[in-house]
Amino acid sequence: MPILVFVEQTDGKFKKSAFEAVSFGFSLSKILKETLSVLSIGKVDKANLEELGRYGAERVLTVQTDSLHQFVNQAYASLIAQVADQIHASQVIMSNSFSAKGMAPRVAVKLKAAYAEAVVGLPEIGTEGMVVKRGVFSGKAFVFEKLLSEKTVITLAPNSFGLVENPVSIQIEEISPNLSPTDYGTLVKDIIRNTEKISLPDAERVVSAGRGMKGPENWKMIEDLAEVLGAATACSKPVSDAGWRPHSEHVGQTGIAVSPNLYIAIGISGAIQHLAGVSSSKVIVVVNKDPEAPFFKVADYGIVGDAFEVVPKLIEAAKALKG
Amino acid sequence: MKFLVCISNVPDTTTKINFTENNTHFNTSGVQFILNPYDELSIARAVELSEGGKGEITILHVGEIGSEPTIRKALALGADNAVRINANPKDAYYVAHQIAHFCKQNAFDILFFGRESIDYNGAQVCGMVAEILGIPSVSIAKKLDLDGSKALIEREIEGGKEILEVQIPFALSSTEGLAEAKIPNMRGIMSARTKPLTVLEPISVPDFESIISFESPKPRGLVKLVKSDDAESLISLLHSEAKVI
Repeated sequence: MPILVFVEQTDGKFKKSAFEAVSFGFSLSKILKETLSVLSIGKVDKANLEELGRYGAERVLTVQTDSLHQFVNQAYASLIAQVADQIHASQVIMSNSFSAKGMAPRVAVKLKAAYAEAVVGLPEIGTEGMVVKRGVFSGKAFVFEKLLSEKTVITLAPNSFGLVENPVSIQIEEISPNLSPTDYGTLVKDIIRNTEKISLPDAERVVSAGRGMKGPENWKMIEDLAEVLGAATACSKPVSDAGWRPHSEHVGQTGIAVSPNLYIAIGISGAIQHLAGVSSSKVIVVVNKDPEAPFFKVADYGIVGDAFEVVPKLIEAAKALKG
Repeated sequence: MKFLVCISNVPDTTTKINFTENNTHFNTSGVQFILNPYDELSIARAVELSEGGKGEITILHVGEIGSEPTIRKALALGADNAVRINANPKDAYYVAHQIAHFCKQNAFDILFFGRESIDYNGAQVCGMVAEILGIPSVSIAKKLDLDGSKALIEREIEGGKEILEVQIPFALSSTEGLAEAKIPNMRGIMSARTKPLTVLEPISVPDFESIISFESPKPRGLVKLVKSDDAESLISLLHSEAKVI
């Protein structure tokens, strides 16, 4: 019963999170002694599909239909479930993207499979079933859950497994979807993408700032630091509530949880709700002029000082490092 | 228009999370429970869309009697009536089946869910219910406008947003931006006491998951402080020691 990994394309290319899902699927297939098949939906050229081979995808199924190039929730769910049925897949895996969050639960219902969202590592396979580890309480804890059905659908938290190269020769097969009009219950009217910025949910580095910045007009130095570090920008809840930054940048218990390699927090005190959203960061740096700020308790590195003096120095030093 | 808003009862965001019975149970002693913050946004938007008698809002909750104060809070925010399915919401699949069963017997135009509940972060009930009912679903919706038999929705995507047209009936899950959360006023709180709250028994649903145990995140070591007049050395540390830049 093979493993099926669904890889999401954006504008015909795969992001790091898609390759991570393949790496994960490959490792799982070795543990379960099963084969790995990878499914791509959308117009992706041969060169991009062959990239998947670097991470262990021996068999790649590709659906090149025009009407499926942009994500269509029900259609993608139906197609993934159909392919899973056709190849008798036992596990369906994909990266936990915004689209996957809406679509993977539908796949799970179609396959009568248990669903585990945003798992943070390889499952443990016991005699009674598969046990997965996922974040709960919005980053304040982890849970180990046993999945009780024969088939499972798993989404992988971005930046939790990493890229593992296992180059194999790849076999690409084009397949035709068998969908019905009811699979197209939503119609995309427009897509607005901010292409210059690095997207926060899968960012490897994040520069975040809070009320200590005093106002939205002071954000240029945050954006400059993010740019030189190749980082996404983020903020605390009071900042997005005040309209200084968009809601999509709000990191915290009622915003998004991030798991970058580096999280730099500038002028954020570190309320428990914000800390929940950053707890999976590998390295946390805190810059705050208040030495008692709670954030320092969970920081790996810290500077007690005025952000308006410290950040420009960090930008200069980072530019020198790059140069 | 008939709106169904599905709500969760979750620990307050300031709660320090810990576990009992050898890390197998969430320790609820002393924990304050609240309406899931994303569900507040669902109710606020449903109330806006219902203004002028244009809509009726039903709150649906799968939970035990202890959740009733949270259901009354949802009613105080402007919903018209509520239903509680008397069961422990043990996993998303179970909850989704209870909700879908209720929906099959009552025709709703729009089903609202939160993008996730802040306790188990499953983000699955919306998609599961929609699939069981065979209707479209849009997750992580930050804007919802109605236009006759259709809705125009903005959903969050990586680095941007997508604008979609959806036929009614459909399900959506709410995120920040959909509406501003409101505080219930005195009139809302008073009227909530007498608004109808019906209790139904659950249907039987097979188990798909079980929780084995919990784990708290590993505490980090002591912070390494860098002097503010030597801020540049932080960059060298991040590069050569932490190796993250």
